[in-house]
Amino acid sequence: MNKTKIAGVAAFLLVLYAVVPWGIAASGRTDFFYTLTSVALLSIASAGVWLTFYIGRINIGQGAYALAGGYVSAVLITQYGLSFWLTLPLAGLFCVLLAVLIGLPILRLRGVYFAMVTLVLTEVMRLTALALPITQGAKGITSIPLPGELSLFGITLIPDFASLENPKIGFYWMAVTFMVIAYAVLWRIVNSRLGHLCRSLQQNEELASSIGVNTAYLRVVAYSISSFFGGIAGASFIAISQSIYPSSFQVNDSVNFMLNCFLGGLGYVLGPMLGTLMLYFGWDLLFTTGKYQLLIYASLLIALMLALPNGVLSLFDKKKA
Amino acid sequence: MEQIIVNGLYLGAQYALIALGLTLIFSLMNVLNFAHGQMYVLGGFVTYTVVAEFELPFIVGLFISAITLAVVGALIEKYLFRPVIKKSRREESTMLLAAGIAFFLDAVILLVFGEKQRGVPKIIDGALNWDFIVVMPYDRIVIGFLAILLIVAFILFMQLSRAGRAMRALAQDKVAATLMGVAVDRYSMIGFALGASLAGLVGGLLVTITGINLGMGGPASIKAFMMIMIGGAGVISGAIAGGFILGMMESVGLTVLSEYGNLTYLVIFASLMVFLAFRPQGLMGKPWG
Repeated sequence: MNKTKIAGVAAFLLVLYAVVPWGIAASGRTDFFYTLTSVALLSIASAGVWLTFYIGRINIGQGAYALAGGYVSAVLITQYGLSFWLTLPLAGLFCVLLAVLIGLPILRLRGVYFAMVTLVLTEVMRLTALALPITQGAKGITSIPLPGELSLFGITLIPDFASLENPKIGFYWMAVTFMVIAYAVLWRIVNSRLGHLCRSLQQNEELASSIGVNTAYLRVVAYSISSFFGGIAGASFIAISQSIYPSSFQVNDSVNFMLNCFLGGLGYVLGPMLGTLMLYFGWDLLFTTGKYQLLIYASLLIALMLALPNGVLSLFDKKKA
Repeated sequence: MEQIIVNGLYLGAQYALIALGLTLIFSLMNVLNFAHGQMYVLGGFVTYTVVAEFELPFIVGLFISAITLAVVGALIEKYLFRPVIKKSRREESTMLLAAGIAFFLDAVILLVFGEKQRGVPKIIDGALNWDFIVVMPYDRIVIGFLAILLIVAFILFMQLSRAGRAMRALAQDKVAATLMGVAVDRYSMIGFALGASLAGLVGGLLVTITGINLGMGGPASIKAFMMIMIGGAGVISGAIAGGFILGMMESVGLTVLSEYGNLTYLVIFASLMVFLAFRPQGLMGKPWG
């Protein structure tokens, strides 16, 4: 069992780092680099949402943290001249701080109440970005420089993106690496003591607290990790698009992050990744159908829900049983 | 000052009507209907088609819009929500379905009615002018009163009719209601149809004043979510209170904060979050809904 798992992970990494770039180079569809980079980054944000599902909360507010992370990175780069690689963890940490402040009161809510508050949170963040002077309102922050060189003791770890002949491939590598790290972290959390405690929260919060689980603390921890993922994803996105507007992440994006988790399956760590890939790629592939794009997409979504209400990955459950 | 209150009441009556449908669906089935805003837009377009293209009287349009949406709602409940709720391991899965339906309705509206802003001619011309203290066009007054009339009719239906009593029982305790012989499936369907047709009615009412376009669905859903959060999810009195409170806050905010631009909604959202931190279940909701 363990060997097959390691083999699976190795195969997955091989596909990500070798087969996909080779396939794209062979087919000449370089636009897929951008699509796959977006999928990788969005799936990091979805991984965060999935973690809040894991403690039994429906999070439709990830767009708020992606936006906050993006703005922190953009402001630090353009106005304080920091390197992108330094702003990335700072954006994540800012989101953690924000998540603790906001999470402490709202994590007391449950079910649809929490879902609706987080939905509103996305809208609050957008309006805040419009109103604050530092974010430059509706004009947004544009022409953010590409990520520079990252070196340690004189050894270049990551070359300057502007000097790359094809920054798209660079971004692909970056996004995929982040995604692998994020899912490794997620997998580690789920299979740790923290993960067990989170599962107890998901099943019955009163019972968990009555046997001594510090539910309030755990909720905030899980929510902060989730927001950290959101902030990182947002900041990386800004580096690629080199611009940010209050409308960069809005309610639709937040809803999509949540849908990714549902589609892949709430009970599986890799669920959000698969969900993101399917939703984003499906939407892209249907582009050729023109005005029927949304109709077909929505019908497929509904059909998929009717056939597999527990997520696509639940297909593999039945085989085992 | 008087003008602000009148505007707030007028807005509140329509908002309450939207929130009523949403809260009815939520209380019966524990489904957060993301597609509610789209249903409202669909109702507006149906009314537009009947009134502007077929040149029938406005009341007929309103009626047809309510019927259409009721049928759509019943079909959605029977063929989409019911099987998914039965098969799904976690009841939140219905949210994906609801969002899918929202996309679907958006697509259908786009294909059938196009993306243009549509409106019907005013039903009554002129405006009430009371010494320039309160100025209100007559059609807004009529629409406001129609909305209040519909709210009263809805409450009477829920309180006095047999179906209303069954639905209230289901909302209170599903298991107990089933044991007492309430047909859960049938009343869930009626409830969903009723909620959808309320959304259609509001859409029909508003098409005479603000017109209707495809983009109005999403924001309408968010507003409706806020109203039922203020009042408490799944409680009818709460939805009405939430609707009027939001209408009043919007009316006051737009007047007081007009110099600061987009600040009104930021203030409303922020105060809502503070309010929910102290009272998570809203004004009248059951704790932990």
